[in-house]
Amino acid sequence: MGRMITIKALKYNPNSKVSKAHFAKYELEETDGMTLFVALTKIREELDHDLSFDFVCRAGICGSCGMMVNGTPKLACRTLTKDYEDGVIQLMPMPAFKLIKDLSVNTGEWMDGMSKRVESWIHSNEEPDYSKLERPIEPDVADAVFEIDRCVECGICVAACGTKLMRPDFVGAVGLNRVARFEADPHDQRSDEDFYELVGDDNGVFGCMSLLACEDNCPKHLPLQSKIAYMRRKLVALR
Amino acid sequence: MSNLIEGFLGKSVEGKKSRMPAKLDYWQSATGLFLALFMWGHMFFVSSILVSKDFMYSVTKMFEGISFIKGGNPFLVSIAVAIVITIIVIHAGLGMRKFPSNFRQYQAFRTHMSMIKHEDTTLWFIQAFTGFAMFFLASAHLFIMLTKPETIGPFGSADRMISGWMWPIYLLLLLAVEFHGSIGLYRLCVKWGWFEGDNAKETRVKLKKVKWAITIFFLVLGLATLAAYMKIGLEHRDQAGQRYEPTAMVKHMNNLSKVENTEISLNFSGIHFQKKGA
Repeated sequence: MGRMITIKALKYNPNSKVSKAHFAKYELEETDGMTLFVALTKIREELDHDLSFDFVCRAGICGSCGMMVNGTPKLACRTLTKDYEDGVIQLMPMPAFKLIKDLSVNTGEWMDGMSKRVESWIHSNEEPDYSKLERPIEPDVADAVFEIDRCVECGICVAACGTKLMRPDFVGAVGLNRVARFEADPHDQRSDEDFYELVGDDNGVFGCMSLLACEDNCPKHLPLQSKIAYMRRKLVALR
Repeated sequence: MSNLIEGFLGKSVEGKKSRMPAKLDYWQSATGLFLALFMWGHMFFVSSILVSKDFMYSVTKMFEGISFIKGGNPFLVSIAVAIVITIIVIHAGLGMRKFPSNFRQYQAFRTHMSMIKHEDTTLWFIQAFTGFAMFFLASAHLFIMLTKPETIGPFGSADRMISGWMWPIYLLLLLAVEFHGSIGLYRLCVKWGWFEGDNAKETRVKLKKVKWAITIFFLVLGLATLAAYMKIGLEHRDQAGQRYEPTAMVKHMNNLSKVENTEISLNFSGIHFQKKGA
């Protein structure tokens, strides 16, 4: 028999007039290799059918299950309950995003807005000819682009960012990383001047205070610190 | 006319963003770098009291330009102080853009900081807090340095601590400067990607260690220096206000075979001698 663990989850429905925010406490038996996702599923099945939380892939790929675990944003599916020695785990929804209910937040709407804001698509004057192979690029360059393109938009960098929590219009590490991704991509013909128009202000790269909780909590270990510093140097150098 | 339109719309007539946020970010860092490095030098100069009173006196005289002005002129110190004050005002003005500016921002940051327990996030708060404290602490110190530069010296500075009751301010200022400066230098490195090399994560770990080593080194040196001035100030309490006379004098024979007193002072090339009254 495994040890008993306690999960305290914030329960609140902002769309209900009678809902009052409170922590619900659940006690359950820990199983081998239990993740928070497994624990939450068990709670919903056996203890509280009303508990809301997000998940899709259960394997750290889709980035849907981000939540605050003892104050730190993490993917529930990749967080093992055994890593919490005292067996008490407090769960809260990620801040900065629109709260749907309990642990469920709307990251999609925010990410969609961010993508539009940084014009997260290839800008090129070349007419695509789909009957031909795409213009090849150097493997090293392709690797560099793919490396920062691994972002799954889980929102953890946003929820970890003290700057973002103080200043809701801040574009966040995910937005700055996205700009760096297109800046590195030779298919994109945008100049530094063009990128300046997107993130060259105090809500963009110059608003970043380098707290680096994005870098330290990114579940994909993206080089956010380096990429933000790179974009800052590039855009500050413009005349 | 374009300024009016740009100010009103938030973008130029051509629809472009202002380059000003980039310049402000750059100058915040540049002034911060200057001040942090200046404070390193400053700490070494004031800690000369740990060597001897004469040595501290010589350093003081060096900054009064004794190598090119007879007897030195404290007004040179006032000029240097005025320059430093100007840079501090610019840095403070640029830095305060980052402060929480209303209760909700403060509340959100504090709650987040207490929840996430992330070192660099907490260090930022310490940096902002100490920066705010220095608006007042540094001003008190700098105004005295600006208006009474001639009182800097082994006795004058020590009397200021005890008889002038400045030691509590200097103790708080020391803590504020050393935390703010070392955190700031670390943040500059990660913010601009300095020393990043091939492995930014590894570099950051090393930078953090260096940052703490610098904090501890300058805090220990600063506290020892403060204690030294306070000790002298206590011993000199009954003669507060009396100026220091250097004791290390050497006898010097000039061409006329007259014996004259010669002050020892230091400049960047080492010890040299200057005839008193020559």
